[in-house]
Order: sequence, then C-alpha cells, then structure tokens
Amino acid sequence: MATDDVEPGMAAHDAWPRPFRPRLGARLGYVLHAGLAANQVYARLAAWLERRPRAYRAFTAAERVTKQELFGCRMCGQCALPATGYTCPMTCPKQLRNGPCGGVSPTGTCEVHPELTCVWVVAVERAEAAGHGADLDLLQRPVDQRLRDQSSWVNYWQGRDEDLWTAAGDERPLLRRDLGLAPTGVTR
Amino acid sequence: MSLREAFAAGRFAVTAEIGPPRGADPDAITRKAELLRGWVDAANVTDNQGAHVRMSSFAGSLLAMRAGVEPVMQLTCRDRNRIALQSDLLSAGALGIPNVLLLSGDHPRFGDHPDAAPVFDLDSTQLVWTARTLRDQGFLVSGREVGTRPGWLVGAVENPFAPPRSFRARRLAKKVAAGAEFCQTQYVFDVEVFASWMARLRDLGVTERCKVLAGVGPIRSLRVMEFLRTGVPGIHVPDEVERRLRGVPGDRVADEGVTMCVETIQRVAAIPGVAGVHVMAFGYERGVPEILERAGVGRRPALSSSRSEGLGHAG
Repeated sequence: MATDDVEPGMAAHDAWPRPFRPRLGARLGYVLHAGLAANQVYARLAAWLERRPRAYRAFTAAERVTKQELFGCRMCGQCALPATGYTCPMTCPKQLRNGPCGGVSPTGTCEVHPELTCVWVVAVERAEAAGHGADLDLLQRPVDQRLRDQSSWVNYWQGRDEDLWTAAGDERPLLRRDLGLAPTGVTR
Repeated sequence: MSLREAFAAGRFAVTAEIGPPRGADPDAITRKAELLRGWVDAANVTDNQGAHVRMSSFAGSLLAMRAGVEPVMQLTCRDRNRIALQSDLLSAGALGIPNVLLLSGDHPRFGDHPDAAPVFDLDSTQLVWTARTLRDQGFLVSGREVGTRPGWLVGAVENPFAPPRSFRARRLAKKVAAGAEFCQTQYVFDVEVFASWMARLRDLGVTERCKVLAGVGPIRSLRVMEFLRTGVPGIHVPDEVERRLRGVPGDRVADEGVTMCVETIQRVAAIPGVAGVHVMAFGYERGVPEILERAGVGRRPALSSSRSEGLGHAG
C-alpha cells in the first residue's frame, strides 16, 4: 500500500470526516425526537426563521453547536439521525448513508481512521439495542448538496425531509417525489 | 455465451479480473484478456483499483471487448459526482458494455494520491438505485428523462466478513432492493462464515433476485498473505489458512495456495444459492485456467461472433 508515501505528521486525513461515537443515548434520541416532531407550531417557527436571516443564523448556529457536541454533526442539512440509531453517517469518511463499506477491520475499526470504531458498527449496535434495527433497512436517498450548512430542523419542519428515505422494495422511480415513508417507530 | 446468458441458463458462472495498467499501453489489457478468453463468462475491469491511477475502466472494458472477453465495467463513487457517474453509465450503454459493477471504492487514503478530493457524492447503494432507475424507468437522479436507455446488467459487491457481520446480508438485501442483479464478494478464505452469510441471504429471499458470485483467489506467497492481511482493508484471512501455508516448504507455498483456491471453489459451489465464482488472481491471470480446470469448472461455451466484436449487446 502506498500509504507509506504519506509523510508522518502531515495528518492529511484529519480533514476527512471522522467517525463519531454519539454522546447521547439512542433511546433518549428517540424521546427527544418526539419533542421536535413536526407540527404546525414548528412549521410556523421555521417559516418565521426563514424570513429573518439573523434569527435563522443564530438558530442554525445553536443547532450546529448542539448536534456537533452530541453527534459530531457536519450540517448536511438533511438529518438521517432518526433512521440510524442516532449515529451520524456523515461522520463516515465516505459519508455512506446506507450502511458500512467493505473495508471495516475485523475489530470493527474504520479503514480510513484505524484508531476509531466504524460509525456504522456503532449505528447498528445502537439502533438494534433501542429496538429500531429495522430502520437500517430503509433506502437513504442521495444527499441534496445544496442543503449543506442549512438548519436540518427548519428543513424538517418545513416538510423538506419527507422523502429522505424510503422502504426497501419500493419499486417506484427514485425521484418521483411521492414517497417519504417514515422509519418504523418514529412519529413524524 | 455471456454473463447474462449464464445467469439465465442457471449455469455456474465464472468472472475474473483485469486490472488496467498504469500507462497507455492497450496491449496490457489485451494480453490479460487473451489468457482469460474462453475460460470466463466475463472479466471485471477495475476502476483505479486501490485508489491508484490507472487507465480507466471504461477504456479497459472496450479493449477487453475487442480482445473477445466480455467486460464488467467497475464504477466507483470515489472519483465522480452524480453527473459524471450517470454520464459514464450512459456511455457504457452506448458502447455496448454489457455489465457494470457499482461500488463505493477504496478511499484515496490508500492510493497514490492521498491528497486528492474524495468525492462520494452518492454511496454504492444509491448508485445501484440510480443505475436501475436510469435503465428501467429512463430517469436521471434529477427526474429528467433520458432518450435511449442503456441495457447493462447491474452488479454490486459485498464483504460477508467485515463487521458488523450481522448486518452484511441485509446490506446486500438493500442493494438488491435498490436494483442489483448480481453480486461479487470479497475474497472467501473462511468458507464457514461465507456459508452462514449465504444462509441468511436465502432467508431474506436475496438469492432469488440476485446472482451471488463468491470471490476467490490463490495466495501464492507468504508475502502476499501478509499483504492481504494487513495492507488491504476488509480481507479476512483465518489462522487456518496461515497454518497451512506456513506448514509447507517455501518452494511449495505457491502450489499450496493454488490448491487451497481450488478447494475453496469446490466448497462454495456446493452451497445453495451460489451462482458462480469471481476469481481474483492479480498478476497470475495465466494460472486461472488451471485453477478452474482443477476445480472441475470447464471452459465456457464459445462467444458468439457478434459479441466478440463488441456489438452483441442485448440492450
């Protein structure tokens, strides 16, 4: 392997996403989600925030700080946490949203950051322990790269998250935007 | 006979691998293709394998086709965004490449340009989904319609040996739900783990919708064994394999490795739901016919003339 070519100390891979072990229990995540579940009040708040750039920036900054601290959030703007045992797939160096790559080491560590546990190993453990293992079978759609650095809460309350994932086996075309099935056990 | 026809006929399928050269020499592909011709239903042409720059899998696939070997064009998410991926999928369709294999790809960290931007705009499951939607519904990811639809067979990969093992069969099930029609696995050195993964696939109904080819290959030296163990992400070499290879005199390691590969082919072929093997013999393409012959997997039926000219695409 040519990884020897990388000069020691350069730590070039530090810029790549790093698997993050959440600091919040998965069960608590599902409970908190219920409190944030989209409703008319939140939808009005989201609409209000979007009309006021300064308030939106402050709100987004608060979301960023909270979710970075708890989940290593990278602000993709389209939160997958409710379907991944509250473990952020965007902290995978390949940003895989549908499960782990084939390079996970026998001890469960990330191929890119061998000192860290693969985020999908953690996600499977957490989702299954919380009784949400079936969520991992949902097919996660491609990320909308335009939403980066936006508030995923605002996007969620505005209903833009509704077709982030769909049920496995759904034969309908990928981007006929008429799907948006909620993961099992999550009230949306 | 093509890979698609082998699958349709329920015949034990054989694929191998052609790694394109670091250079612009077309004969590097032709030479390997000639060693494999007649022995495989198709050969994967790898896409900058290990994140090392090589001739493209697209050009390599065309050269293999010209040399009479049906290609499986590998396409990774590492280097291209969804625009380039879909463009390459359309191009492969236009030029009659009959099979594509869609994967995430090794991270640039492992390659000769660790300073490159890793793209990963789509993941492998999303790419499979994109390809099937493109082919069967005629839509791009954007929802725009395409004109003439491509006709390739859609392949994916899976590693039954990497953690989280309990999720590995379901991960392939997701890819099959997304549209994968065949799957090649990482090297099988631990047949028992592979067999339990296959059992899980059968339970999930995956083998009814997806042809599973077990990845095999000879370990021809202790140096290669160490490399596979420590230098390549995701390869599981059990202690028993090491014991056997270390248990023979140095000049017999290569033979022992080939024998173990032959045995592995025979053992996986007996597992219900295994549709064939994918033989990975980097730099030892000349040995593939012997391995197959000793395993009791015969020559392939002759290619139709139109296919050997690269025009026999069933669309």
